[in-house]
Amino acid sequence: MPRGNAITTRAMRVALFITCLADQLYPEVGVSMVRVLRRLGCEVSFSPAQTCCGQPLYNAGFVPESRRVARALLDALEGDAHVVSPSGSCVAMLKHSYPSLFAEDPGQLERARALIARTHEFSQFLVNVLGVEDVGASRACRATYQPSCHGMRMLGVGDEPLRLLGKVRGLELLPLDNAQDCCGFGGLFSVKQAEISGAMVAEKSACVTRSAADTLVGTDLGCLMNIAGHLRERGAAIEALHLAQVLDSGHARA
Amino acid sequence: MHAPEQALAERARLALDNQFLRKAVRFTVDRLRNAKSASAAALGDFEAWRERGRESRAHTIANLDRYLGEFASNLERRGGVIHFAADAAEASAICVSLARERGAKLAVKSKSMVSEEIGLNPAFEAAGIEALETDLGEWIVQLAHEAPAHIILPCIHKSRSEIRALFEAHAGEKLDEATATLAGYARRKLREKFLQADIGISGCNFAVASTGSIVMFTNEGNGRLVTTLPRTHIVLMGMERIVPDLAELALMAELLPRSATGQKLTTYMNVISGPRREGEADGPDELHVVVVDNGRSRQLGDADFQAILHCIRCGACLNVCPVYRQIGGHAYGSVYPGPIGAVLNPLFEPERELATELADASSLCGACAVACPVKIPIHDMLVKLRERNAARPTASRGTRLWMELAAGVLASPGMFAAAGRLARFAQRATIGDGSRWRWLGTRLPLAGAWLRERRLPRAPRRSFRELWPELEREVRR
Repeated sequence: MPRGNAITTRAMRVALFITCLADQLYPEVGVSMVRVLRRLGCEVSFSPAQTCCGQPLYNAGFVPESRRVARALLDALEGDAHVVSPSGSCVAMLKHSYPSLFAEDPGQLERARALIARTHEFSQFLVNVLGVEDVGASRACRATYQPSCHGMRMLGVGDEPLRLLGKVRGLELLPLDNAQDCCGFGGLFSVKQAEISGAMVAEKSACVTRSAADTLVGTDLGCLMNIAGHLRERGAAIEALHLAQVLDSGHARA
Repeated sequence: MHAPEQALAERARLALDNQFLRKAVRFTVDRLRNAKSASAAALGDFEAWRERGRESRAHTIANLDRYLGEFASNLERRGGVIHFAADAAEASAICVSLARERGAKLAVKSKSMVSEEIGLNPAFEAAGIEALETDLGEWIVQLAHEAPAHIILPCIHKSRSEIRALFEAHAGEKLDEATATLAGYARRKLREKFLQADIGISGCNFAVASTGSIVMFTNEGNGRLVTTLPRTHIVLMGMERIVPDLAELALMAELLPRSATGQKLTTYMNVISGPRREGEADGPDELHVVVVDNGRSRQLGDADFQAILHCIRCGACLNVCPVYRQIGGHAYGSVYPGPIGAVLNPLFEPERELATELADASSLCGACAVACPVKIPIHDMLVKLRERNAARPTASRGTRLWMELAAGVLASPGMFAAAGRLARFAQRATIGDGSRWRWLGTRLPLAGAWLRERRLPRAPRRSFRELWPELEREVRR
C-alpha cells in the first residue's frame, strides 16, 4: 500500500505510452510502471496499437516516413486519459517535434496538440501531476542518477527523479560527475558515428564507476541501454535501472 | 585546405587516437564552461538576458538590409570605405588588391574567423605578401601550418612543449618552457613586425549601424596595434555582424564575453569609428571595411535557417558539446568547428559533400541550444540539415530503402510485434548480448558497430505487449 501523501491521490486514468524500446527489450520497466501507478490509485490501460514515436526516422532526416509512424501513434493513443511514458526522449519527440511534423495538416495538428497536452514523462507525472514524492519503495543500494538530455533540456525534467529517489528507503544517492553531458547514445548516431559515440559512453561510464554507485538510475531506456552496455562490456558490476524499477522495489507482489 | 578530404568518421578516428589532444580539449572546455556558468549566474536571471539577446538579434537580422545601409553611410561619413564581397574569392581579391595598390609587403592580422573562411592567408601568400597572425594562439597555429581548432581558442589542442618546439624552430635557438619565456619571445618577434607592417587586418565582433563603428573584443594587446600602427586598416566583417546602436551593443557586451570565456568584459573592447582624423595622434590613414556575404544572404527568408545569422561567435556551444569534447576542432574538417560549425559549414558550402556530412556530428543532445546566449535552436537545424541530406541525389539509396521499410513496419502494430518477436528470438538463439558468436555479431548491420564498445541488452522472451494480458488480470483479482 502507498504511504504518506500518496494515499490522498484520487483515481486517475492513465494510458501507457510504453515506447518501442521498453516494449521489445525492457518489458520489466513497463511492468514496474504499471505497478507503481496502480499503487498510487491510477487505473492503467495499454493500447497494443502503439509502436514507436517516429524519432529514429525523424532524427535521420526521413520526415515523411517519420510522419507516417507518428500518425499511427496518434491513432493508438486516441482518448482523454493522461498518457504516461518511461522515456523523456520519446515524450520530447511528441511535444517538441509533432507540431512541426503536422504543421501542414490542421486536422492531425489538432489531434497532436491534444495528445501533447495530456502526455507526461513518468517522473514528471508522479511529482507534478499526482503530487507524489514518496511511493513507499525501499531498496538498499548506492545509486547515482543520469539526467537524460531530452528530458532535461526539452521537457524541463529537473529534480523530480531526485525527489522520488530521495524518498526511497535504504537508497543512498551519490553525485555523478559531468552528469549533464550526453552519454553518446543519440539513436542511430551511436552506430553511424560509432567511434565518437563510443568515446562519449566511455567517459560517461568512467564517471558512473567513479561515483562508487552500485546502481545507475535513469529515466530513458536508450541512454540506459547505452551506458549499461558499456559497463557490462568493461565488466563493471553496476546495475542500470529505470526509475520505475527502483520505485517498484521493496513491495510485496500483488 | 584539408586535402585530401576524409570522411567525418576517419577524421574523428585520428582525433580520438590523440590522447593528448583529447585531454587538453576536455581540460580547457571544462574550464570555459564552468567560468561561463559562474559569470552568467552573476548577471542574474541569465534566461531573461538570453531572451533579450535573441530578440535583439532577430530584430537586427530581420532588418539587415536597412541596418547595413545605415552602417555603410555612417562609416563613409566618418571617412571609412566600404566594400561588399559576394563570396570568399571576391573578399580575398579585394584585400589583395588593396594591399597591392599600396605596395604592401607585410600585413599584420588580429584574430578573424572570416579571414579563415575566405582563405585570406593563402591568397596573400600567392600574391607574395606576408600575412602574419599576431594573436598568440593564431600565430602558433600559423607556425604549425594548421587551422584554428576553436572559434576563440585557436590552439586549444597544443601542449606547452609543442609550442616550445614551434618557437625553437622559428627562433633557431633553444628556449625553455616557462610562460614568460615563450610569451616574451612572441612579444619580441611580433613587436618588430607591428612596426614594419604596411597593412593591419582585423575581424570585427560587431559593427554599429547608428555610428558606423567597428567593435572588437580582445584579450591581447595585438588588436590595438593591428588597428592603429599600420597606415591602412582592413576590417573583415561577416554581413550579419551588425548591431543597430550602442544600446544594443551594450547588451551584446554582457552576453559575448561571459558566454565565450566567462569574463565580465574582455581586457580590451575597441570601438573604432573611422580612420585617424585631423589632430589625432593614433590610427591609420585609411579604414576599409569588407562586408562578406559568402552564403549568408541565402539564409535570409529561410524559416529554418535565418536564425543562424543571429550567432555572435562566442563558442559557448563548442564548450558544452559532448562531441567537440571528444574530437576537438580539426575533426570537423571545416573552418567553423563544433555544433555551430556543423550548421554553418553545410550552409556556406552546400556543394561540399564532406561539409554536409557534419550534420551527423551530433547526438542531438541539445546542450548547444541551451548554451547559446541568443537561443539559436542549433539541434533543430541539424535535424533540418539531415532532412536536406536525405533528399540529396547523392544520398544512399540503401539507407532510404531501410528507412522506408522501417517506417512500414513501425506504422503497423501487427508487423511491429511480429518483427520484434522474430528479432528477439534470433538474438537469443545466436549472439545473445553480443558476447557469443562475436564473429557474427560484429559483422551485423547496426549491432556490429554497437558491439565494438558495448553489449546488447538481453532479448526478453516476451515483450510488454505480450505480458499485458496477464498484467491486466492482476488488477481484476
